[in-house]
Amino acid sequence: MLEVKNLEVSYGAVHAIHGVSLQVRDGEIVSLIGANGAGKTTILRTISGLQKADTGEITFDGSDLRKTEPSRIINLKLAHVPEGRHIFAQMTVEENLEMGAFADVKDMAATMAEVYERFPRLKERRRQLAGTLSGGEQQMLAVGRALMGKPKMILMDEPSMGLSPLLVKEIFSIIKEVNKQGITILLVEQNAKMALSISNRAYVLETGDITIEGDARELLKDDRVRKAYLGQ
Amino acid sequence: MKKSDKVSYLINFLGIFMIFLLLMAVFESKIFGSSTQYFKGICTTACYTIIMVASLNLVVGCMGEFSLGHAGFVSVGAYASAIVSNALAGKGLPDIGLFLVALLAGGIAAGLAGLAVGVPALRLRGDYLAIVTVAFAEIIRVCFCNFAITGGGKTMSGILKLSNFYWCFWIMVVCVTIMYMFVRSRFGRTVKAIREDYIAAAASGINVTYYKVMTFVVSAFFAGIGGGIYAHYMTAMIPTNFNFMYSAELLSEVIIGGIGSLTGSVIGAAFLSSLPEMMRQFSQYRMLAYSVVLVLVMIFKPAGIFGDWEFSLTRLLKRLTGRGGRGAAQDAVQGTVRANVQDEAHEKGKAGV
Repeated sequence: MLEVKNLEVSYGAVHAIHGVSLQVRDGEIVSLIGANGAGKTTILRTISGLQKADTGEITFDGSDLRKTEPSRIINLKLAHVPEGRHIFAQMTVEENLEMGAFADVKDMAATMAEVYERFPRLKERRRQLAGTLSGGEQQMLAVGRALMGKPKMILMDEPSMGLSPLLVKEIFSIIKEVNKQGITILLVEQNAKMALSISNRAYVLETGDITIEGDARELLKDDRVRKAYLGQ
Repeated sequence: MKKSDKVSYLINFLGIFMIFLLLMAVFESKIFGSSTQYFKGICTTACYTIIMVASLNLVVGCMGEFSLGHAGFVSVGAYASAIVSNALAGKGLPDIGLFLVALLAGGIAAGLAGLAVGVPALRLRGDYLAIVTVAFAEIIRVCFCNFAITGGGKTMSGILKLSNFYWCFWIMVVCVTIMYMFVRSRFGRTVKAIREDYIAAAASGINVTYYKVMTFVVSAFFAGIGGGIYAHYMTAMIPTNFNFMYSAELLSEVIIGGIGSLTGSVIGAAFLSSLPEMMRQFSQYRMLAYSVVLVLVMIFKPAGIFGDWEFSLTRLLKRLTGRGGRGAAQDAVQGTVRANVQDEAHEKGKAGV
């Protein structure tokens, strides 16, 4: 479904990604793990057009994403949940969800009902300002907003960031459920253990290069991964 | 259109009409005797200042960017409309037609200037954008000081006296209504989303630069109309009228009234533009008073006097008659929460600085 080939990205003189290739097949959860500054977020931002690539190919469902306007990428049904819960703090929960349907307002009410069904907490708080929600609720809102665009695939950047262990579990179970409904997910995480336990496949990124890739369950047993990312 | 909307439009129109009748009665009855003309002038000043301040509020409040060059757009509108009305004078157009054409020309010229500045500048944010807007206003001022058609640094005089209070009142009402509708539209909501979080907005498929540039153009357009009224009220002007102090004055009126509240802009601009006239003898201390007020507002009410609260005649009537009381109360509570969150956000911002 998503294919990245030989992607290179740099910030000015700093070469952040050196020739990364990865692919995500229909219906999978694929995670991208790695330390701080490895380039995980950069890869997601480049896929959704928020960052320019130097060279390489990015194709999603047959369309060339590097030639697609960033604001049009959402029309291809590829949603991005940015790192750090970027929600519209001064807007109500419902207004936030409405913004998620910005690119496609058709059947907005029906999609919103579905999102509320999945996140009853958001429905309770729908007239509340998003900035007054708790961290976990804000993350739910960010996921709910992505779902409003009826995506085929969601790019998720650090959904567990800054959440309590209990909420991390809840968020991951939500990701799994969303995936069960047929939405493909590319997950970027620092919490490698959690990410690997729900993924089909995974890539390990080290300072701009993919060093290990494979089945998520096998990576959980891989010595190198255990040492470097699971602290075992 | 829903029935409740129609009713609320009617109520608001009647409210505005009453204010107009009241002012007209005051002026026509000549209660103030020989100074009636003078008070009419102050009210006209208030009208064009309201348009300028409300238009600046689109950028500062709705889009969340500081523009320190609003006087630049005002001057483009003022000179363009003056040139057009001078060219068309005596061509058989009725006065009001000539006035409207001139204002529209001023608005379009300022809008184009806004486009020219906005396209390169709006990729910047925050302080950087503010600096670019200052530079733009200075460039415009220097240009007008050197163009022959604008009087070349000397006073451009002999502009037709077309602004009178009754026309200006209704032009102001139309402009503010359009701006209010703009803020409440899908477009306005989108711009607010960009203000809240441009990364999330971009991730939701919003073309951030396009929406920012368009808001800037709309803001410049109305600034130009305000400038047009100014030109045809003053009938003479020099480019140095539109210096940095004028931009700063407009910006402080926005901040004192309430960033993001058109109600605040209207009341703030009406009050602050007529105040120095009423206390002419202290007029030299005006900028001093402004800065003191600005500092006080920033300390005690960082979101401005009205925050982003909007006055609603319909809501007031409902509450007075006791109908739909709960909805109104809810609105009020939400408004308070919003203002508190805003104040907190400002506090945080200050702490960051």
